[in-house]
Amino acid sequence: MIQLPNRWGEIVEETGKLSQFAGNFFVQLFRPRFEGKEFLRQCYTIGYLSLGLVGLTGFIMGLVLTLQVRPIMLQYGVEAKIPAMVSLSIFREIGPVITALIFSGKIGSSIGAELGSMKVTEQIDAMEVSGTNPYKFLVVTRVLACTLMLPVLVLLADLIGLYGSFIGINIHGSTSFALFFKQVFEAMSFGDVLPAFFKTFVFGYAVGIIGCFKGFNSTKGTEGVGKSANSAVVLSALAVFIIDLIAVQVTDLFNFT
Amino acid sequence: METGITKSKVILEIKNLNKSFGSNTVLKNFNLTLHEGENIAVLGKSGSGKSVLIKCIIGLLMPEKGEIWAFGDKNIPSLGLEELDIIRSKIGFLFQSNALYDSMTVRQNILFPLRRHWIEMDKDHEDLLVHETLQNVGLAHTAEMMPSELSGGMRKRIALARTLVLKPKIMLYDEPTTGLDPITSREISRLIVELQEKYKTSSIIISHDLNCVRITSDKVVMLIDGTCYALDTFDQLKQTKDPRIREFFEE
Repeated sequence: MIQLPNRWGEIVEETGKLSQFAGNFFVQLFRPRFEGKEFLRQCYTIGYLSLGLVGLTGFIMGLVLTLQVRPIMLQYGVEAKIPAMVSLSIFREIGPVITALIFSGKIGSSIGAELGSMKVTEQIDAMEVSGTNPYKFLVVTRVLACTLMLPVLVLLADLIGLYGSFIGINIHGSTSFALFFKQVFEAMSFGDVLPAFFKTFVFGYAVGIIGCFKGFNSTKGTEGVGKSANSAVVLSALAVFIIDLIAVQVTDLFNFT
Repeated sequence: METGITKSKVILEIKNLNKSFGSNTVLKNFNLTLHEGENIAVLGKSGSGKSVLIKCIIGLLMPEKGEIWAFGDKNIPSLGLEELDIIRSKIGFLFQSNALYDSMTVRQNILFPLRRHWIEMDKDHEDLLVHETLQNVGLAHTAEMMPSELSGGMRKRIALARTLVLKPKIMLYDEPTTGLDPITSREISRLIVELQEKYKTSSIIISHDLNCVRITSDKVVMLIDGTCYALDTFDQLKQTKDPRIREFFEE
């Protein structure tokens, strides 16, 4: 109990530093010079190299969801509504959240460990000495790549998830590809897809900024690098849930659905 | 203190430098003058503020008080980022951990400071410069290798080459032989002298390695209690009777 105020003090201090770090992104983003080459390299690493994992996760997500809901839907005699139910679940909630969590595990930890290791081996200092703004070169490029790549990955995971659902339905029954997608698109509107799509940009930004913040503030030694990677994953996963909660409330408030 | 070395133009002057970390005062009214072509080693115990001193010089740390005049007219702690970058292109810094960028090849590492300082050149010139710079450190064949493929001594040489590519006027070495075996240490120390002569640099060398200090420096500063406790040649300091200096030279 005695330590509680100190712990809260630390949390408040850390939150303040994180907010400042996160805000600096928007200041540095619009200042010349833009590190285009490094940004494209990060898009490749963060986006393209995550395609396999995200695609596989999306497929399993759709397949398992279909297999799990089928008995209940059968019980109520609404088996024909499975494509609509699965697609709405995937597009509105499960696809963005699960993909963002996988993304935070893969990319958040990798950014935290990479920048942490660069910090303890003085590579960040070396950049500064070489006339480079390390925040601009390392943070802006990574966070921007995360912000733009996660929505693409989520969209891909959603589509592959639908294909997984189609396979799931055909394990026990028989539905044509055209009929399955007709049922999917009849059930969905832009109001289902757009708010969920927009929140993935915020998820990407949060994962990127938290990974960079933890890496940049890594303490000396290999233990510090490990802690940075670990806390980057934990904190960014938590941030995904908190942002999701806020996004759902905002969507309801403005009656987007 | 008179050392018998002919005094030339002052290239770096540190006046009353103070730096603390919380309640721990690391540098207390530290003074030092570096002349053109001069090589000064800084000796001191671990945690005595040697690395802090050169990080203040390059602007990585901000002192609480004091002045660092580079090239006669620029007080480094008072410079804005743009001016600081210009000064930094004239001051080389060899990091203790080498600080080579893991994700880049040796060639990209060498060219990084050039691109950062907006020095544009065509590919032929780049190739020539990389080859020449690597040849100066005896590693012309490593251009396309990754830092992880190199040994500790090779990494040190590449880091040295990267630092020298901008042809700096002042070189700051942060423990250049730490973690190397005695033979490689000696090779690196001799290479430093060779490059000092070739590039006509003035240097501040932070080191625990007495052999390195002996080979590379004209004068030695004893950094004790955050101040410049003594400044003399290596041989003079070695013969001193002051017990606080003697402990550094005892076997």
